[in-house]
Amino acid sequence: MNEPFIKTGGLSKSYRGKKALDNVTVSIDRPGITGLIGPNGSGKSTLLKTAAGLLRPGKGSVTVLGEPVSRQVASRVSLLAEVDSLYGYQTPEEAVTFFSRVFPDFSSEKAASLLEKLEIDSGTEIKNLSKGSRARVKIALTLARDVPLLLMDEPLSGLDPIVREEILGMIISCIDISRQAAVISTHEVAEVEPFLDHVVFIRNGKILLSENVEKLRETKGKSVVEVMREVLS
Amino acid sequence: MAITFDHNRPIYLQLKEKMYGDICSGELLPGSRLPSVREMAVQAGVNPNTVSRTYMEMEREGAVESRRGQGTFVTENSDVITSLKKTAAEEETRRLVNVLRQYGYKDDEIINLLKTEIHVKGEQPE
Repeated sequence: MNEPFIKTGGLSKSYRGKKALDNVTVSIDRPGITGLIGPNGSGKSTLLKTAAGLLRPGKGSVTVLGEPVSRQVASRVSLLAEVDSLYGYQTPEEAVTFFSRVFPDFSSEKAASLLEKLEIDSGTEIKNLSKGSRARVKIALTLARDVPLLLMDEPLSGLDPIVREEILGMIISCIDISRQAAVISTHEVAEVEPFLDHVVFIRNGKILLSENVEKLRETKGKSVVEVMREVLS
Repeated sequence: MAITFDHNRPIYLQLKEKMYGDICSGELLPGSRLPSVREMAVQAGVNPNTVSRTYMEMEREGAVESRRGQGTFVTENSDVITSLKKTAAEEETRRLVNVLRQYGYKDDEIINLLKTEIHVKGEQPE
């Protein structure tokens, strides 16, 4: 029952000989919100995609809730991809129907109420929505699934401060942190810091630190941003 | 709406100080219900676990009480609120005195400054 949400052992992954993940051993044991922090090209997306079953490990292992990751893991993992992952020809309303057919755990009611709260015009084709609205639709669909593990790859990147704040608000109001684990990858540390339970720093495919955020503040008297500067420099 | 935090200190403590401030100033009235943990987290822009910890800490110190199934309420015990105010007042005073000492003021000058300030507002010092 108490299997770690994600556990990797000696995980490596290369793209055409270039190492994206280098012998990564890390685990996310508890529910709550984890920040996966690192510069561009550090391996954040590769790690998330591997945990979501979209990439095969090169070497080493990945388990999600105790089971080795395969494509079947999608039934327990909700992934927010960094790229535009929705069908542009669908309206948000159609996307909700589509998701509800693909994922048995998807709550159409929750998605619809989120979209309504965000004042998204659910009758406009997604490709004709603004970038901020597309990002909102994407996150609403991700959060409307009832799964133990949510992986969000750069949910804030390229969005204006108001949309970013709104998205962070949605994440904390939708996730049940007593039983769900959410991993948010980002390089905008300062912005997500107050929302995090746990932080994992990654650079050049290596994990530099994995620690509870309050514990960092208490033992080091430093903010995550400062610790990051220390660790990543 | 989100509160701005000093990231070098535990956020749960800062949130507690902010809420004690609201209790002392009467913004949060005795007996009033606090927002749920999740509502408070969204309002303050922090992790819900941080809010839980703040609430637990405040409950431990007797400033709030949680009633099963109903939520968390500000205490109606006026002794507790009086002592919260006293602690807050002492802290503020200490901070003021420290700043003025750093500026090079002598203690009797500090007292005179205080007296003048209070006098200007037309109130008698105790």
